[in-house]
Amino acid sequence: MPLSQRAGKTAWVPRTPLQRLRSALGLLALLVLTAVAWNIVTQDTNWAFVQDAFYQGGRLLARMFPPDFAYLPALVAPLIDTVNIATLGTIGATILAVPVALGAARNTSPHPVVRTLSLLIIVTSRSVHSLVWALVLVFVFGPGTFAGVLAITLRSIGFIGKLLYEAIEEVDKRTIEAVESTGASRLQRIVYAIVPQAMPQFAGTVLFRWDINIRESTFLGLVGAGGIGILLDVNVNALTFARVSLILLAILVLVLIAEWVSALVRSRIR
Amino acid sequence: MTSPAWKPVWMRGRPWWHWLVLGIAVAYLVFAFSSINIDIERIQRGAERSARLLSQFLTPDFVSRWTAIRTGIVESLTMTLVATVIGVVLSVPFALGAAANLAPKPVYLFCRGLLSVLRSLPEVIIAIIFVVMMGFGPFAGLLTLVVSTIAFIGKLLGEAIEEVDARQVEAVRATGASWLQVVRIAIVPQIMPRFMGLSVYRLDINFRESTILGIVGAGGIGGTLRTSMQRYDFATAAAILILVIAIVLVLEYVSGFVRARIQ
Repeated sequence: MPLSQRAGKTAWVPRTPLQRLRSALGLLALLVLTAVAWNIVTQDTNWAFVQDAFYQGGRLLARMFPPDFAYLPALVAPLIDTVNIATLGTIGATILAVPVALGAARNTSPHPVVRTLSLLIIVTSRSVHSLVWALVLVFVFGPGTFAGVLAITLRSIGFIGKLLYEAIEEVDKRTIEAVESTGASRLQRIVYAIVPQAMPQFAGTVLFRWDINIRESTFLGLVGAGGIGILLDVNVNALTFARVSLILLAILVLVLIAEWVSALVRSRIR
Repeated sequence: MTSPAWKPVWMRGRPWWHWLVLGIAVAYLVFAFSSINIDIERIQRGAERSARLLSQFLTPDFVSRWTAIRTGIVESLTMTLVATVIGVVLSVPFALGAAANLAPKPVYLFCRGLLSVLRSLPEVIIAIIFVVMMGFGPFAGLLTLVVSTIAFIGKLLGEAIEEVDARQVEAVRATGASWLQVVRIAIVPQIMPRFMGLSVYRLDINFRESTILGIVGAGGIGGTLRTSMQRYDFATAAAILILVIAIVLVLEYVSGFVRARIQ
């Protein structure tokens, strides 16, 4: 236990002097690095704009309130589109993620090459943000909800695939062995031993991803991939901030509802 | 032989539920599919394009736009670091405020409400607002990441504080310690590993986000990516994507390693 001898008295202190020195040096290094980074990142910053920002922000808020509720009917169709993009994208990703996960899990993968390939698909899908997928897909398929659905699909394969293959790897080996000992084929082993064990976690993963996808499909419209983001882009560019605030409010409500629904259903299936 | 199909608890022994859910699901899917506009002609043209896009993607060009790529990557990395440090520091008071066992009720409700609203808005959308306020550039992106870092760490750290061992808090309080001393001696040592873990995790997330903020004009490599896409310069776009994926993987590995060591 670290003690300090000060003025002839022995007292308990939380850490030894060496530990304190080490964490102080670490903190100092971090601060220096941050200061250097701050200089790089702000070298082109126009400080007049930043000083102006409070004034601008105040004016922006003033122009945002009250939200233009007369605009609400125009939001309904894009909001439904947003939900559809998220749902269809999640369904598409789920269908595609199952074979990828079966190929990536050690206990079901048919061949190491397939495993490597599946892991590569998962990593690529997870590392590229849905906005980037949307940017590429809008270029290929043209603007619209279709590009949005595909962007959500491609983005979600990695997430669902990763959590599913981890669930498959954690399956109880004895069950697989028992099914195997009856002379079951590879497919039968998956259907009778692995699916029942991995299913609850799989369903939870898909619902969780759907919740995330609702959030992500709200901004895909910024690059033209459909949903409420299109209206946000239009109104920010048109400087109609009373409408912008209504859209932000609508997004907030949609996201909170999706979170609630997803949590509710997940708690019911556990 | 009985079917091995798995059913959630609420569905077991109630077949009509099953059919009702299935019916609603099918009806919704038909509606949802009809709502997406699939333009076959456009997709055929797109297929031709994607062949060209793919062939260029397979030959990434790091060289011809290297200066722009380097500037973008450096901007993303520095933005990530600065925003994480500032965000982590600023998140501490919010975390203390969002812990029911430390903060008075009104403060608690205010912090909790604010954090959950901020957390519900996607980073990209916060970025748009900051771009309107600050103008284009990495400073808007920096502020976006600071705000989302506060929301993330504030909420999770607040929950960690609520879960600390109450007996230690009580023991320190029994010695006559002030509020500040209680926090320092009884709470900080208990939540420190989680705090460090969350900060490193957030660094990882912030880099991912910083790579796309540029698409809406908030600085970083995303701006370079969007420009190269608009110029139909897919070889450069591919190079950017490869670099981003590589850095994301390295950061994810480092963050996982650090978190495994301290937690």
